Amino acid sequence: MIPSTRGRVSVLAALLFLAGALLAGVLVGPVDLGALDVVHATFAHVLGLRSPLSGADDAILWDLRLPRVILAALVGGTLAAAGASYQGVFRNPLADPYLLGAAAGAGLGATLVVAYAPSSSVTGDFLPLAAFAGAGVAVIFAYVLGRSAGVAAGPAALVLAGVTIASFLTALQTFVQQQHVDTVQEVYSWLLGRLATSGWRDVGIVLPYAVVAWVVILAHRRLLDVLAVGDEEAAALGVNVARVRLLVVVAATVATAAAVAVSGLIGFVGIIVPHTIRLIVGGSYRLLLPLSLIVGAGFLVFADVIARTIVAPAELPIGVVTAFFGAPFFAVVLRTSRRTL
Amino acid sequence: MNALAFDRVSVALGGVRVVDRLTYHVEEGEWVAMIGPNGAGKTTALRAIAGLVPYDGTIRVLEDDAATVARKHLARRVALVPQVPLMPGNITVRAYVLLGRTPHLGYFGNEGRTDHEAVDVALEQLDLTTFAERRLDTLSGGERQRATLARALAQDAPLLLLDEPTAALDMGRQQQVLEIVDRLRTSRGLTVLSTMHDLTLAGQYADRLLLLDHGRLVADGNADTVLTRALITEHYGAEVEVVPAPGSGFVVVPVRRQQ
Repeated sequence: MIPSTRGRVSVLAALLFLAGALLAGVLVGPVDLGALDVVHATFAHVLGLRSPLSGADDAILWDLRLPRVILAALVGGTLAAAGASYQGVFRNPLADPYLLGAAAGAGLGATLVVAYAPSSSVTGDFLPLAAFAGAGVAVIFAYVLGRSAGVAAGPAALVLAGVTIASFLTALQTFVQQQHVDTVQEVYSWLLGRLATSGWRDVGIVLPYAVVAWVVILAHRRLLDVLAVGDEEAAALGVNVARVRLLVVVAATVATAAAVAVSGLIGFVGIIVPHTIRLIVGGSYRLLLPLSLIVGAGFLVFADVIARTIVAPAELPIGVVTAFFGAPFFAVVLRTSRRTL
Repeated sequence: MNALAFDRVSVALGGVRVVDRLTYHVEEGEWVAMIGPNGAGKTTALRAIAGLVPYDGTIRVLEDDAATVARKHLARRVALVPQVPLMPGNITVRAYVLLGRTPHLGYFGNEGRTDHEAVDVALEQLDLTTFAERRLDTLSGGERQRATLARALAQDAPLLLLDEPTAALDMGRQQQVLEIVDRLRTSRGLTVLSTMHDLTLAGQYADRLLLLDHGRLVADGNADTVLTRALITEHYGAEVEVVPAPGSGFVVVPVRRQQ
């Protein structure tokens, strides 16, 4: 890490943003729990002490709000860090975690379950699994296809392979949906992203993948800077470019698949969070990756607060919130900074 | 001792042999310029040394066979400055130059004091200290070329490969860059192998010239023997005059013969 005041200040600011988001996430809701009690009760649970909250309030905090907030943070951090990683290994500012077909594969997996195994208890267990498998299989296909197109073609071949696989799987998914029109609404509510049903079980699904992926991605932050000078120059600097790309893509993809499995497709986080950070602190991945992780986590927690309050007691799909509020915000950042991406 | 030795090196790209049984050597401390028309195989020969294209034959870098040493080990011996380096605009000059330390670091390693000192020295030698915190996309062409050179210097490799180091620079910047390279060669004991389009500059700065055509070495020697009207006309297909410039070798000028 380059020791710089700017770096330290920005990490501190990002952590404050995340802390504020987490606090807002557990405090905002139909029942007022009180800020101090919430913090106190949370630590009490973690440390195995007695909670200061009443039984019902404690359940609201521990079984409803906290898992949802933690899940939002895990998913948001994963999507933003995965997006930044993809942009780095593909040297493409438009790359997002779904670039290699993860979204289309997960969508197909989820649609198949909703269409052919509609009984809800079964769906509840199978849907994340099918989405995860779909995302993984899609990316493996894309990677194999991209590699067979030749290493010399560079990252562009991989991106095109991803687009090809995604179009094909999306066509399949549309076909299945057409055959089962009655399931359209359920499929769409999943596709638009949701954290509504999340409990600790969902947190448990994502957590191991997210943590492993974060470690792998952060460990490669210096090498992603090297990749920014091009495959050839990175190779001339002694870097095994193909291996770095493979490791980072696998880590980012597995974590994205896990996130997609529990939360559906949440667009935009993987693009706007890293780019906003780039515009503020510059393009070095040493700072960009940790900041994307922290800010992405906070961003999605805030987005979820908006999703469940703005039309309460109903909920907006969180994917709609991220795009609806994210797009104008990013437009402002883009206009005020006037720097190259 | 030889810093670099080619022994019957051939490279085929897309079925075409662009470097053809090339054999030559470069002595330690020497500046050798590869010249020749477009497509003569100059750049490909440089890329082969850095291990970026597969080749037949043997390339030895100092005591090592370049084909068998680890990529990272080779990168500590050879620094390549490409003709058009890909420069990420949104990082600082210092961060960019620091990338040159990559071959000296472990896979997950981070730079230590030695690495930052090497960067400080490289920045200073290329007169970039005041630019250290500037973003790359705010630099002029000449400043960028110096930043790329600084990155190669930070690499601390004894053999410096320069692909058209003066392309896209104005006359003053061309001389400035070449003077810097010559000064560094002396102060750091570097060996320099460059490709050059400008024959006059090649003759003025390099100790020895290698003339390539169709991937083959067709002339090897100092400016007196290689920069002749006959050789240039034959291999470049150009009408030129080679004019002696007192105290500074030769000037190669294109001429138009009126019918």
